[in-house]
Amino acid sequence: MKRLTQLLSKTLIVASSVAAAMTTMTAGADVLQDIQDRKEIRIAVPQDFPPFGSVGPDLKPQGIDVDMANYIADQLDVDLKIVPVTSANRIPYLQTKKVDLVISSLGKNPEREKAIDFTTPYAPFFLGVFGENSVDVTKMTDLAGKTVGVTRGSVEDLELEKYAPKSLNVRRFEDNNTTLTAYLTGQVKLIATGNLVATEIAKRQPQRAPETKFLLKDSPCYIGLAEGEAALQSKINGIISTALENGTLNDISMKWLKAPLPKGFGA
Amino acid sequence: MLYFGDLLPYSDVFFGGLITTVELTVLTTFLGIALGTLCAVLRQYGGATPRRIVASYVELIRNTPFIVQLFFIFFGLPAIGVMLTPWQASVIALTINLGAYSTEIIRAGLGSIPKGQVEAAKVLGMTFRQTLTRVIFVPAFEKIYPALTSQCIIVMLGSAVISQISVEELTYAANLVQSRNFRAFESYLVTALLYLGLAMMMRYVFKLIGKRLFSFRESS
Repeated sequence: MKRLTQLLSKTLIVASSVAAAMTTMTAGADVLQDIQDRKEIRIAVPQDFPPFGSVGPDLKPQGIDVDMANYIADQLDVDLKIVPVTSANRIPYLQTKKVDLVISSLGKNPEREKAIDFTTPYAPFFLGVFGENSVDVTKMTDLAGKTVGVTRGSVEDLELEKYAPKSLNVRRFEDNNTTLTAYLTGQVKLIATGNLVATEIAKRQPQRAPETKFLLKDSPCYIGLAEGEAALQSKINGIISTALENGTLNDISMKWLKAPLPKGFGA
Repeated sequence: MLYFGDLLPYSDVFFGGLITTVELTVLTTFLGIALGTLCAVLRQYGGATPRRIVASYVELIRNTPFIVQLFFIFFGLPAIGVMLTPWQASVIALTINLGAYSTEIIRAGLGSIPKGQVEAAKVLGMTFRQTLTRVIFVPAFEKIYPALTSQCIIVMLGSAVISQISVEELTYAANLVQSRNFRAFESYLVTALLYLGLAMMMRYVFKLIGKRLFSFRESS
């Protein structure tokens, strides 16, 4: 009986001290202050998702997210510590304070918004209609009478079916690669696909680099940070809006996505 | 749970696909047999060069997969400036495919005609063309008719492959419906039954045509 009481009280002490530690962590946390005191910012980036983050030929991480992390560290005038994460564990890393920011091609959705906060967007990620410069299309209704290649059953296929004019001739192909080939060989002059696929085309055949005609579904990438870090959030938002104004974001997009930011990005 | 009701809103998609498959089959059957007949005659009675050319064509087509031939025509040829619509590419691919297989089949028929019969026609003063159309073709085709029928049905079934270059035929319809309502079992079952029906109908039509073409058998 005595031993049981002892055990119980010990557990209680441990539990209460853990609880106390957690309170100080949440209540007294000002991640921006910590970063500046530490002179180091820890940023989670992907390493398996080019062109956002992958391992370069020099075995160092490279990509949009890495460039963005470097830029932010520069602007804050602190050292950068890159923490490679996967898409499954990038939010837990943030929640457990192992990193200060997640720059990992993170899209915004209501579930995530309950768990973490987001800055303004820093990189484009969208489904759109792309095509040769010669084709004059700027909106959905312009597609009337045109031919568009698309991968069957993809989200972009369903979007076109829902919103495109009835006279649009949709040529559906088996997979992204065949859709891409149809565009590269000139069998279709327009394709509906993701901007990463368009980047892939631009890389393979720069002379046929497709132009973004309009967006079907926009889901840009945001930087994630822990909830309630208002100071850090406004600081990063400031850095992003400067980068948008001075062309840094566009340069990063040109470098990795081979395309300028879509019109009205971040607006 | 199986539920075929989900296919009903797509009945016009299936119907459109069915029509396209029938159109393609009728067109390529005619063109393919015509090509096959021409090549078979060249192979059987032509000079050394035409024979060799036909032999190479037959070997090339019979020893490469149909989908590769199709992709070559649709995706490959634009590289040398030949841009074909999916429909044109399919008709050409199916025709040269049936042409190659039917060449071999028809040639066997031509080879089965006794030499004496051809010589008799010559003695009677018939030209080569007359000999072909009046003496050789009918019995030659009669011999190989079942094999030719089967080959045409195989090509009809093989036309499923052209869904890959976005021709909206029956398999394309099945794939599309399946990608919309995820009723894979139902859409492919219905499609399989439609193909079965088509094949049986083709066999029946061929039989009717055969009865007319080879009516000399019954009268003799």
